[in-house]
Parts: sequence; C-alpha cells; structure tokens
Amino acid sequence: MIQAPYLNRREVVTALLADRGDLLVVAGLGATAWDVASVEDHPLDFPLWGAMGGAAMVGLGLAFAQPARKVLVITGDGEMLMGMGSLATIAAQRPRNLRVVVMDNECYAETGRQRTPTACGADIAAIALACGFPHARTAWKSDEIEPLRVDIHRFDDLFLAVIKVALTDDPKTLPPRDGAYLKNRMRAALLGPQAVFE
Amino acid sequence: MVSYVPDAGHVDLIKLCEADERMRAVSLTTEEEGVAFAAGAYLGGKRAALLMQSSGVGNCINMLSLIKTCQLPLLTLVTMRGEFGEFNPWQIPMGQATPALLSAIGLIVYRVDAPHEVRDVLEAAVSLAFGSYCGVAVLLSQRLIGAKRFVEGP
Repeated sequence: MIQAPYLNRREVVTALLADRGDLLVVAGLGATAWDVASVEDHPLDFPLWGAMGGAAMVGLGLAFAQPARKVLVITGDGEMLMGMGSLATIAAQRPRNLRVVVMDNECYAETGRQRTPTACGADIAAIALACGFPHARTAWKSDEIEPLRVDIHRFDDLFLAVIKVALTDDPKTLPPRDGAYLKNRMRAALLGPQAVFE
Repeated sequence: MVSYVPDAGHVDLIKLCEADERMRAVSLTTEEEGVAFAAGAYLGGKRAALLMQSSGVGNCINMLSLIKTCQLPLLTLVTMRGEFGEFNPWQIPMGQATPALLSAIGLIVYRVDAPHEVRDVLEAAVSLAFGSYCGVAVLLSQRLIGAKRFVEGP
C-alpha cells in the first residue's frame, strides 16, 4: 500500500486507552512512552526510558505472571525492530492475554527522524505472522482504532497490530523517570501495598 | 519461571525445569530478552531466572541497565566458556571479559569452581537478588562443568 500515514499518534493512543479498566501497559522508550504519559500518569503503566528492544519481553513476563489480566505492550517501530527476535520467542509461547501494538511512524523520531526499515518495506505485522503470531494486522485509518481497542480487552488470543501514524511534533509529556518508583508503584497497584515489603 | 538460551552446561537443568509443572521454561532467541522477561515477571509478582552461556553476556549489557535502574531482582546462571581448558579460541574474549562486564553494569558476581559450593552459592544468590532487589550472576566455571571437547583427545 503506497500512501503516507496520516493518523495522529496522540489521538490514537488516547482512543486505545479509553475505558482501560485494569489493563496493564508496558510502553516502549521514546515517543510511545510520552504518548501514554500524555493520556495520564497511571500506576498500571510501566513506561521504559531505556532497555530498547525489551518492551515486548517485559510484556511477556508480565502476561505470564498475571494470566487473568490483559497486558498491552505499546511501542515504536524502531524499538520493535531492535527486539525482532522476541516476536518469535513470544509466538512460540502464545500468551493469550498479551497484545503488542506498534506505533509505526517509519522513523527514529527522537534522534533526528532517520528512516527505519519500515519506511523501505519492512512490514512488522507480516514479520509477526511469519514468526508464528496467530493474528497480526496493520491499521491505517481512524475507523480501525475502536475495533482494536475492543480487541485489546476482549480478544482471547495473542495478537500484534501495527498502526501507521504520521510524523508529528508532539509536546514531550514525560512519565516519572525513577525506575524504582515505577516498579514499586505498579507492584503496589497490581499486587497490593504489601508487595513493596516482599 | 526460567528463560534460557541453551548451553551444554545447562542441559540437565533445562530438562528439570521443563519437566516441573510448577515452572515455566521459555526459550529465547537472544539473552537480553531474558533480562526484560525477568523484569516483567517481577512486576507481575513472579520470579524468573535466566540461564545462559558466557558468550551471551555481551548481548545483555544495555538491557541490564533495566535491572540496576529499577532495582529489580535478577538471578542469572552463566555457564563459562573461554577459560579453564578451552579448545575454541573464539570463546576466549567474551569468557575472559564476562566477570568484569557483569560487574561494570552493576551485577554482583559469584563464581563456583567446586560442586560442593553450588548449593550454598545459589541459595545466597537467590536471597541476595530477591531480598535486596539487585542483579546477581553465578558463574559456573569451566572447571566445574568440564571443558567442551570437540574431538576425543588422549
């Protein structure tokens, strides 16, 4: 499909996180972490400030530890490409409560907008399917977002969705950057206040 | 939970983990995945260990900043290559650099050379990692596990 992505990433993430309930969210470093923080600073979010390539695997560990919860990994194309092998690792495990959403603006926006391979044909949804993901798709249009939001909560299987988004200058809405705080906050919100004494 | 990139020195341990219904064993494509996996498991209230060979340590270095920065527990069991009796010269650089690299990125490093030390060191490493929220690497030396042999020598 030859067209320029036009979806606005902030609008997409805001829509995806509406009525989130007890959804657990891991956000990959850079723009997606800022997107998630722009919606709200939520205790069940774990925004990464580093660990590039690791977002999906943090999600896998969380999904196995919390099988009754839905876990959403939301990350960028550059971050996902760095952890491409993890798509094979995750597909082999097929956790039914894990969802991976890739906000694909086809560039490394944080570092000067250098093109990523997705600008030149790399298709992350196709890669996921080839790795054994049972379901993967690419969304280009605004009317594809609400069905995706519903799937995040209701679909009973592993899936990946790429969302093609425009390159935009968004305000840097930063989440807390103290990793120990983010860890303890999520554990307390998820496991109860006693978790910080364990 | 246990994640691993397999090594000959971990064969029996991996089989035991896979056979234990209380455990989940996850095969990785690269070792750094296991660092992130352990982080996620702990966020969700579970414990995970990472099994790898010393040649995989270099793959993990940046991901290990997650452990240090977030004060997350990590237990990794590293079977050593590139040292005592090594036959493959390609293993030497990473094997020799392993203890220094792990220390440099903030893990506490123990080394086991004798079978009777394994249990004590592992118990201490588990207490340390999960009690004090830090990364601990236990290096299982080539002297302990035996140097890999490619040909039958004298």
